Amino acid sequence: MVNLVGRHLISPNDLSLEEISTIVALGQNMKRNRADYAELCRGKILATLFYEPSTRTKLSFESAMLRMGGSILGFSDASSSSAAKGESIADTIRVLASYADVAVMRHPREGAPKVASEYSTIPIINGGDGGHQHPTQTLTDLITIDTYIGRMENLEVAFCGDLKYGRTVHSLIETLARFPGSRFHLVSPEELVLPRRLKEHLTKIYGCELIEYRRMEEALPHVDILYMTRIQKERFFNEADYLRLKNSFILDADKMKLAKQKMIVMHPLPRVNEIAYEVDDDPRAVYFQQAELGVYVRMALMAHQLGVANQ
Amino acid sequence: MIEVASIRRGLVVDHITAGKGLLIFNKLNMASLNCPVVLLMNVPSQRMGRKDIIKVENFTEIDTAMLGLIDTKVTVNIIENEHVVEKIKLAIPHEVKGLFPCGNPRCVTNIDAYVTPTFHLHDEANCSYTCEYCEEITKVEIR
Ligand SMILES: [Zn+2]
Repeated sequence: MVNLVGRHLISPNDLSLEEISTIVALGQNMKRNRADYAELCRGKILATLFYEPSTRTKLSFESAMLRMGGSILGFSDASSSSAAKGESIADTIRVLASYADVAVMRHPREGAPKVASEYSTIPIINGGDGGHQHPTQTLTDLITIDTYIGRMENLEVAFCGDLKYGRTVHSLIETLARFPGSRFHLVSPEELVLPRRLKEHLTKIYGCELIEYRRMEEALPHVDILYMTRIQKERFFNEADYLRLKNSFILDADKMKLAKQKMIVMHPLPRVNEIAYEVDDDPRAVYFQQAELGVYVRMALMAHQLGVANQ
Repeated sequence: MIEVASIRRGLVVDHITAGKGLLIFNKLNMASLNCPVVLLMNVPSQRMGRKDIIKVENFTEIDTAMLGLIDTKVTVNIIENEHVVEKIKLAIPHEVKGLFPCGNPRCVTNIDAYVTPTFHLHDEANCSYTCEYCEEITKVEIR
């Protein structure tokens, strides 16, 4: 029996596969029967502790709590908070924990939400800590895969773009690796390949099959999921390399012709230019639905943490 | 050879790699101990050629984690009534709290003074540790 009451969520690894499936299933049910859950969190308060701005994540969490009839409070900028006055995370959280029933923390420092969880009397959700973890993005990706593919195992998944610094990619690939039978197609410029340590971890611990490509076209025909990420200009040593490489990692209608009829294109958003606007009309492009599903999976997560999921 | 009388009660840190005695003396704050301490350097040793030794009288508490990080070849003898009552073999510690900073500049432990840097042994061969908070790996060399 899955019990997440009072639990923190710092990394996707904090959740067993059964717990992930349970959260995703509740999220699906909430999407189908939203009205049934409109009063589920009446009287509950979500604190949004954003030590750096992230409008999307913050609004997604706020929407999730408001859709369950709860309330929200918080801050979205460290300069207006006590952190600017040099207060420790431990002190801040010990006070704020009495103001709310669950909290999401976004922090530029890696490990900050873990610190908060050690002093908090209410569940802490990591809303992104530097380049480290962002577990509700992973849950968002998983509910999207569940919605459009219908399973989380035996998948052919391509990850394309910045695989070196892409936190969302690292978390998702490691979580999918825990489910059996998937194969990962890694498409990136040589400068931005998946870190060696993560590759070793995936192959040694989970026995994953990893296939590397330099061109998207080679991977596209094989996959059920194409997970696109943004390549930031700053990641390149010089402008010439960036210009030379960036087109190989842009998805357009022509490249989509190489993909299977039944496949999906995902993206954590915001997109810049790595997916041409013409792809948006393709029924296989699900990145906007992905953002919507993120609200439902956050609703499901918080309902479980607050102990109201089975009401 | 210089003679140092044996101690009645205390501890002897023996088989210290020659040259590391002073480092251990400093890192374990032995200068601040309120009891007699002797640091012997470059002592002839059949097994090691040369070694360092530290003797501390009337004191038996020692930070074996820090000692293990500096030099695992060390042995610690606990002395009661002029007899060795316990021999501690040093090993590289598996869990470490507060002995060194996290090598990741983005790690929370490097800005929030309230948090004690905490690590789990990652790879004994190169003395590297995984940070409890940011999960990055830090290679440790106590100098
Ligand atoms: Zn760290």
